[in-house]
Amino acid sequence: MFDIFQEAIVVSMLAASLRIATPLLLASIGELVVQRAGIWNLGIEGTMLMATYVAYVTAISSDSLMLGVLAAIIAGIAMNMVMALAATTFKINQFVTGLGLNLFAAGTTLFLYREALALYGTGNVKTIDPFDNLLIPLLSLLPYVGTILFSQQFLTYFAFLMVPVVWFFLYRTRYGLEIRSLGENPKALDTKGLSVSVRQYCALAFGGAMTGLAGAFLVLALTDRFVPGMTGGRGWLAVVIIIAGNWKPVPITFAVLVFAFLEAFQLQAQGIGIQIPYQVLLALPYVVAIIAMMGFRMRSEQPAHLGIPYHRE
Amino acid sequence: MGSREREILNDATHLKVERITKRFGDVVAVDSASFDVRRGEIHCLLGENGAGKSTLSQCLYGFYRPDAGKIHLNGIPVSYSSPRDAISRGVGMVHQHFVLVKTFSVIENIVLGTHEAGWSINLADARKRLAEICSRYEIEVDFNAIISRLSVGEQQWVEILKALYLGAELLILDEPTAALTPQESEKLFRIMRRITADSLSVILITHKLNEVMQSNRVTVLRKGKVVSTVETSGTSRTELTNLMVGRTVMFQPQRENLEKGGKILEVQGLKVRDDEGRLALNGVAFDLHANEILGIAGVAGNGQKELFEALVGARKIESGEIRLDSEDITNQTPRSAIDRGIGYIPDDRYRYGLVGDFTVEENMILGLQKAPAFSRHALLDFSRIGAFAAKGISDFEIVTPSIKAKTGNLSGGNAQKIILAREFWSTSCCLLANQPTRGLDVGVIEYVHKLLLKKCGEGFAILLASEELDDIISLSDRIGVMFKGEFMGIFDAGTVTIEQLGLLMAGQKILSSGQPIAADRI
Repeated sequence: MFDIFQEAIVVSMLAASLRIATPLLLASIGELVVQRAGIWNLGIEGTMLMATYVAYVTAISSDSLMLGVLAAIIAGIAMNMVMALAATTFKINQFVTGLGLNLFAAGTTLFLYREALALYGTGNVKTIDPFDNLLIPLLSLLPYVGTILFSQQFLTYFAFLMVPVVWFFLYRTRYGLEIRSLGENPKALDTKGLSVSVRQYCALAFGGAMTGLAGAFLVLALTDRFVPGMTGGRGWLAVVIIIAGNWKPVPITFAVLVFAFLEAFQLQAQGIGIQIPYQVLLALPYVVAIIAMMGFRMRSEQPAHLGIPYHRE
Repeated sequence: MGSREREILNDATHLKVERITKRFGDVVAVDSASFDVRRGEIHCLLGENGAGKSTLSQCLYGFYRPDAGKIHLNGIPVSYSSPRDAISRGVGMVHQHFVLVKTFSVIENIVLGTHEAGWSINLADARKRLAEICSRYEIEVDFNAIISRLSVGEQQWVEILKALYLGAELLILDEPTAALTPQESEKLFRIMRRITADSLSVILITHKLNEVMQSNRVTVLRKGKVVSTVETSGTSRTELTNLMVGRTVMFQPQRENLEKGGKILEVQGLKVRDDEGRLALNGVAFDLHANEILGIAGVAGNGQKELFEALVGARKIESGEIRLDSEDITNQTPRSAIDRGIGYIPDDRYRYGLVGDFTVEENMILGLQKAPAFSRHALLDFSRIGAFAAKGISDFEIVTPSIKAKTGNLSGGNAQKIILAREFWSTSCCLLANQPTRGLDVGVIEYVHKLLLKKCGEGFAILLASEELDDIISLSDRIGVMFKGEFMGIFDAGTVTIEQLGLLMAGQKILSSGQPIAADRI
């Protein structure tokens, strides 16, 4: 039972935590900007799934991982533009639109996947050669820390780099101030003659790009092939994380790390064969998510105008 | 601009509006309205609800595009496609409902969306410019304070600063005193006069006559049309009211002198928390007698809503006691409040008093659906409900296309009359009215006053909270002033002046000689 606390296992568990944290962090930091702009986008799961599929198809057909990443970004933006059109231009209920996007992505990717299987045969699923770890010179040689922090994928570094970048953007720039005002009271910007919808489109484009990157990471770095439904609720978890992180970049990062560690723990525990039914372990991060939701009822920073389409009276 | 040029401009026409028309669907909100504003004047737009004042001003600010008509600024024809165009031509607007980001600081709200070069926010320069504006017009506000911590009055100064910071020369204020204490309103007028002395112009939208009388000229609107523009010095309140309403309005409701009846409601040491868990009522105590109207003066948000909710059982009472005919009814359920014959007119009629999507007849019996008069074995008896609603409509002069019409489409006054009809029917002893005249037209206010006095004469005990001191003074037998969850004192009507009430509403105890004697400071 205590095998899990052996040195090597702890190190690999922590390194895995950061790997697992990457897509969650990318998606939730991107969605944070979207929610700060007043749009409650529940379509992250679908956006991410669509991006994994597009990234996979592009990567195998072009033989270029970077093109796969680029395609995932474009797919993410495209999905979120549907959200923008519905939420901002047509002012349709955002929850319904988000749920619709999820169903659309799940259905479309499954359909295309089955068509491809029928065409090429089940035995011929192409795999990709995932990204290598990017070892940071010198730092990666450090004991423990080198393995955990400095031998990761480039997208992992990028994800963590985006935390201070987004923080700076939101709290130290004029554009960040404008984005934050949209979540609280969009009329304040409208009455100064500035467009609410242009900024919401931009926020959704950014969120889509980040969610697209999360999808790309799943398929091009964590595994080697596309599997239907492979996002496995990570998009939903990102929504929970934003609430648990009280709509602030740093607490969100912390929440991501907690969830990622739990996930890494349950994977490791399963691998070692701890005598707990694996279903319990699998459910662990989600149980914690529910407890966190209950515990964080004091949503002091929740944008006041979140999820409400803006109308000029 | 040199002072000489200013003088030349002073007499010039700042804004000229020619035959502006704005339609929403089939409804003509503004119908070919024309008026002009001289540089350096306070120009009032006076009219009842729905007269088109706000719509007209939104057209002047570029928020709405007029369907027809012309706007000239400083003699130059202009056309706006967004508020940005209006702002760039020196038009500023203070909206009726504040447009502030509550979680931002004062300075963040002011610099929000102002176009200076660069990515970062340069607050130092903004602070300097703001300090200049503040000292020039003697406005005091802490630039670093978070909006949600400011009083309503302070938020109003922020709104004005926002407009001035953007370089407004023509300032449009839409019902700016709606939520201010009398002292804050006076301060607002002092600021307005300093602004106009600086050759800026002010358009003041209001329906309060005492404010109108402080302006230079008045344009009266009725049903979307300009009735006339007059010099304030050459007119009177009565003339303006008649222009505004289109008929003669009786100002003073007739009050009979009634003997105070027996004690109906007794409240002691009431402590109640608000939705955020803060103490909203801190030891409120009073008696309410039959044949009596107890008026509660005070700016909304000082615990009135919580008091009324506690009385009707809609809010948990932490400590204290409420007795109705000496029976303890502390922490009763709303259902038992209705059964005991306590009537309640809530402050926000569409939120707490009516369901906008329901029909008129459904709203007429909302909460009374259990009464044998309206239902049998869980089934609503629509023939009886319809008859009841039809009677209510004729008794209370409710203007509605039918009893099946959607309530949300009625005007505020007619919606309020539905609540009155319902509550008057179900009330048998005690009527609790929170802001019953809020947002209503002069004619309807007069009607509500008449009804309340009539009910009082029939032996009811009435608790009346209102932000309009006119309501309180003309109706109450006794007046209590609420401030931060406490009564500042309860006085017999006639022993306090409006000025004293204003000071009490702002939380100042009256200490000078000639102070009113608290009739029953319990």
